[in-house]
Amino acid sequence: MNPVQEQALYTAPQKPLRLSGLEPLVVTAESNFINVGERTNVAGSRKFLRLIKEAKFDEALSIARDQVTGGAQILDVNMDDGLIDGKQAMITFLNRLAAEPDIARIPIMIDSSKWEIIEAGLQVVQGKCVVNSISLKEGPEVFIRQASLIRRYGAAVIIMAFDEQGQADNLERRIEIAKRSYELLVNEVHFPPEDIIFDLNIFPVATGMEEHRRNALDFIEATRWVRSHLPHVHVSGGVSNVSFSFRGNNTVREAMHSVFLYHAIEAGMNIGIVNPTMLEVYDTIPQDLLEHVEDVILDRRSDATERLLTFAETVKGHAKKSQVDLSWRDGSLQDRISHALVKGIDEFVEADMETARQLVDRPIQVIEGYLMNGMNTVGDLFGSGKMFLPQVVKSARVMKKAVAYLLPYIEADKADGVQSAGKILLATVKGDVHDIGKNIVSVVLACNNYEIVDLGVMVPPEKIIAAAREAQVDIIGLSGLITPSLDEMVHLAQEMQRQDFSVPLLIGGATTSKAHTAVKIDPEYEHAVIHVNDASRAVTVVGDLLSATTSTNYIKALKEDYHKVREGFLSRSQKKTYLSLAAARSNAYKIEWAGTDIPVPRSLGTQVLKDFPLEKLVPYIDWTPFFRTWELHGKYPGILSDKKVGAQAQELWEDAQRLLAEVVEKKLLRAKAVFGIFPANSVGDDIEVYTDTTRTAVQETFVTLRQQRTRKAGVSYLALADFIAPKTTGFADHIGAFCVSAGFGTAELAAAYEAAHDDYNALMIKALADRLAEAFAEYLHAQVRREHWGYAPEESYENEALIREAYRGIRPAPGYPACPDHTEKQTIWKLLEVSEQIGVTLTDSLAMWPAASVSGYYFAHKQAKYFGLGKITEDQLLDFADRKKMNLATATKWLRPQLADS
Amino acid sequence: METIQEQLTRKILVLDGAMGTMIQRCDFTEADFRGSRYKDHPLPLKGNNDLLSITQPDAIRDIHRQYLEAGADIIETNTFSSNRIAMEDYSLEDQVYDLNYQSAKIAKEAIQEIVEQHPETPRFVAGSIGPTNRTASMSPDVNDPGFRAVTFATLKAAYKEQATALVDGGVDLFLVETVFDTLNAKAALFALEELKEERGLDTPVMISGTITDASGRTLSGQTAEAFLISVSHVPLLSIGFNCALGAAQLTPYLEVLAKKSVNFVSAHPNAGLPNAFGAYDETPEQMAAQIRQYVDKQLVNIVGGCCGTTPAHIQAIAQLVAQYSPRKI
Repeated sequence: MNPVQEQALYTAPQKPLRLSGLEPLVVTAESNFINVGERTNVAGSRKFLRLIKEAKFDEALSIARDQVTGGAQILDVNMDDGLIDGKQAMITFLNRLAAEPDIARIPIMIDSSKWEIIEAGLQVVQGKCVVNSISLKEGPEVFIRQASLIRRYGAAVIIMAFDEQGQADNLERRIEIAKRSYELLVNEVHFPPEDIIFDLNIFPVATGMEEHRRNALDFIEATRWVRSHLPHVHVSGGVSNVSFSFRGNNTVREAMHSVFLYHAIEAGMNIGIVNPTMLEVYDTIPQDLLEHVEDVILDRRSDATERLLTFAETVKGHAKKSQVDLSWRDGSLQDRISHALVKGIDEFVEADMETARQLVDRPIQVIEGYLMNGMNTVGDLFGSGKMFLPQVVKSARVMKKAVAYLLPYIEADKADGVQSAGKILLATVKGDVHDIGKNIVSVVLACNNYEIVDLGVMVPPEKIIAAAREAQVDIIGLSGLITPSLDEMVHLAQEMQRQDFSVPLLIGGATTSKAHTAVKIDPEYEHAVIHVNDASRAVTVVGDLLSATTSTNYIKALKEDYHKVREGFLSRSQKKTYLSLAAARSNAYKIEWAGTDIPVPRSLGTQVLKDFPLEKLVPYIDWTPFFRTWELHGKYPGILSDKKVGAQAQELWEDAQRLLAEVVEKKLLRAKAVFGIFPANSVGDDIEVYTDTTRTAVQETFVTLRQQRTRKAGVSYLALADFIAPKTTGFADHIGAFCVSAGFGTAELAAAYEAAHDDYNALMIKALADRLAEAFAEYLHAQVRREHWGYAPEESYENEALIREAYRGIRPAPGYPACPDHTEKQTIWKLLEVSEQIGVTLTDSLAMWPAASVSGYYFAHKQAKYFGLGKITEDQLLDFADRKKMNLATATKWLRPQLADS
Repeated sequence: METIQEQLTRKILVLDGAMGTMIQRCDFTEADFRGSRYKDHPLPLKGNNDLLSITQPDAIRDIHRQYLEAGADIIETNTFSSNRIAMEDYSLEDQVYDLNYQSAKIAKEAIQEIVEQHPETPRFVAGSIGPTNRTASMSPDVNDPGFRAVTFATLKAAYKEQATALVDGGVDLFLVETVFDTLNAKAALFALEELKEERGLDTPVMISGTITDASGRTLSGQTAEAFLISVSHVPLLSIGFNCALGAAQLTPYLEVLAKKSVNFVSAHPNAGLPNAFGAYDETPEQMAAQIRQYVDKQLVNIVGGCCGTTPAHIQAIAQLVAQYSPRKI
């Protein structure tokens, strides 16, 4: 990789892929899996092929419409068939499609293996499309020419893992082709990397052929490699291929799709062609089937295929369409309702609603109880990535059907002639499409006799304002699930204030919080603003807000409460003053370098520890945070005899010891580390790391941040760079860096426990892995002090002293108080080649994967100490962006939590 | 001399106002439009405003001069319809090169005059590239929604022909404006990129779309953000909106651009909405008061006027924006 890419790789966060139909589709690192609708493909749908052949475009369009309403976010259009004029069919179909706003609102994927069809498609679509696909099949010249044209037409592109030698069919070839394609696109064509989507070839597994055993696993691993090494790109694929050898056995196929997707998405696949009706919910796959399928997908044993084939015979009869498994109907009423919601089965809804209705006093209680419980399960599964959007849409459909059945009874239950209790406007704010929560609130409020004006999703502020005016609503409720929605809500509050509104404003949705509402939204609007995060509470809140007798006092109390929350929140940051960066620098922490002890390391360069014995780490575990994870507060070992939580703590401790013993004995987790000590000097607030002891060439630069919050006179303003001898002093100093992980195997173990519905052990294994990783960091640091750097050969502290950090030297970690800047991890990754050496990778938001990992720097000077950076001001942000060669928006994004409010 | 990019980081630049409104005031007759060069042309030519750059060059130069004196930093060439597709209506498609070349030259001359008087302030000529009168992604026939009156290839060729002449005439920038169908604009951008590559040019490109009504969409149905995404594949100097709406109605859509675009943001709205007679009666003061919203919210880097605006409007705008700092990117 050339230096330009390295720069991009290690400094920039994931750039979003922006596509458009009539409306935008922005795929960010936070986006859920993007589902591509694929029924408008003559190669994949006989019906669509027939309609195109017979020029029945109206019917063909209705297939496209079904895809959009079914939850497709991109529409794949393919006209590659020997018996039709593909180019003309593409043009006609896309022209017709442009006249259907409900379909044309989503972006188009122009799918063809013929360049002339692709180009014809590009010439008739106004939005930003995706080309599916081009590859190096015919060599770099053709590839570069096509990519340049795609760029000029303004489309994103799918790159197939295909080159002059053929299709990539193993891990190495996938990586090789992806890397080569990427370099040509980014360096030669100047193609924006965020507009590149790799299709890394999903091939069938369990074919009986030895060379196909790793097909799924290679795809997953290649995906992981691509997402961690080729900055900003996306990974896509057609999922149904993987289960090709089980045609006819939908139970197995559906399980295979879900298992494959579960692991592929975790590895970074974020776009794909998935038929939602051919998908099982990961959590509901029977344990035995799951195990057999995962053995195959993850190639866990040599006889996996034979075992699955044998097993498949036993489940064959249960295939969804041929023979429906109705055993779930034997469960309790709540279980049946939840099952129906999770699976999207509407067949028995009316019967179950009738049963439920007769068990409660008032029909509304069926919604508040049974249905809400079921929808909560759906919400949890979706939130943890075990259900996908199309499935959730089906759940909502069942919900709607159930409510529809109940509505006449609810109506009848109301006293005759009762007026609406009030009019409430509900909307999911601009840029956000999530509305399940809002719809539940809407249903519940409507059931409580409120009239609902539901504006739907992605509602621009001016439309909310206009509709609120026109309908004279009593309350405005805003919903949103993604973080940018928070700003939209603030914006709307400002507009309501500016336009003299006085009705209460309700805020809800997964990312909203009372704190955010109090700090950011409430001050913008002088009237009532209230955060409501569950539907059942919405009813009481709305009742209080609109009650003729109590509302004034209620709103007054509300405003005071939010004021208090805000004050509490701001008290730490308020009234704080800051020094300019220049002034803070002139008050840097001064070490008398002349005559000071600057230890010279015994060994320089990178070292790797693989499969480190876990038993060596056990004595280094700090147990106190372990208990905190389980919300038991107190110091170990005192906590075991604590009056209040002692008994519980003891029980937990014993369970933990049992599992830990098993983990150690069976080597269920693997621990790895990479670390090194390098020649370094500080230059200003930067730390230059040199390639060798001649100190002539800078290998990497660590960019440290300096405290700016005003301190007492005479107190220094710290930056980590202060602990390294400045270049100008001429003293030869060093810095260390490390990454340790004990998390290899955690995800698989946790998944296995979860699959067995053993959430307790699933949580336990994660908590233990975290502790082992911290222990590893502690152990390694001790080794470095005693041997590798060797400045404390005599040191022999007990674990308790280690925990108190009663030793010389520090190991601050990026993302923590002394260095809150996560992007420094990228520099460490580069310096130590962390991904390559031990396989710990960074996610788009710079979290470490596996999660049970610790990384940081080593500083050896005896005056080096931990500190908290605190907030910084804009001058340092600008300076930081400049030093990091990052654009300002990016720098702001990463440092936002550190920025003082100006 | 400071480049336009450097200027834009420092201050809000002012674009000129309507050409058509000013031409209307001249009350030219059919004979004036024809001049001597087209006196025997078989079709009526009154209303072909772009033709005046050839037949009444002094009048056009004078309009440019008035806008420059009012404080415009950027003036647009009188070439909104100077493309082969629009000129076919007058059977003047073979005049496209001359129309663009002459218009660019006249605008350049007007600038030279004022730069001699005020050498400290750089001024720029933007080659105006209108949408043509055909749409590439919509059918003019409601009974045949798949029909198209123009293709991408035809549009691209027409735009390239126009842009070539504008470059030869000396424009400093391109302004692809009044985009009502994004596919037309994409053909224009394609042509400009091709031309720039072939001739080794680095001419900055401004693009300006049109939100047609309160639905907040372009005529071809895109939202402001979808429009932004659809044209962001080429390096742009600025993106903005013009025409159709008055300054106040344009605000929410400029907010979208101001928030999401990495380029400079421009706006040249109409002088309010047309009255029952199709005339624009917003005064310079009224319009400037609305533009104040843009600058208060730091939404724009370039601001000017479209239909119904005059040098008086531009002067009011120029005086207003001089006191404000531009949107930061």
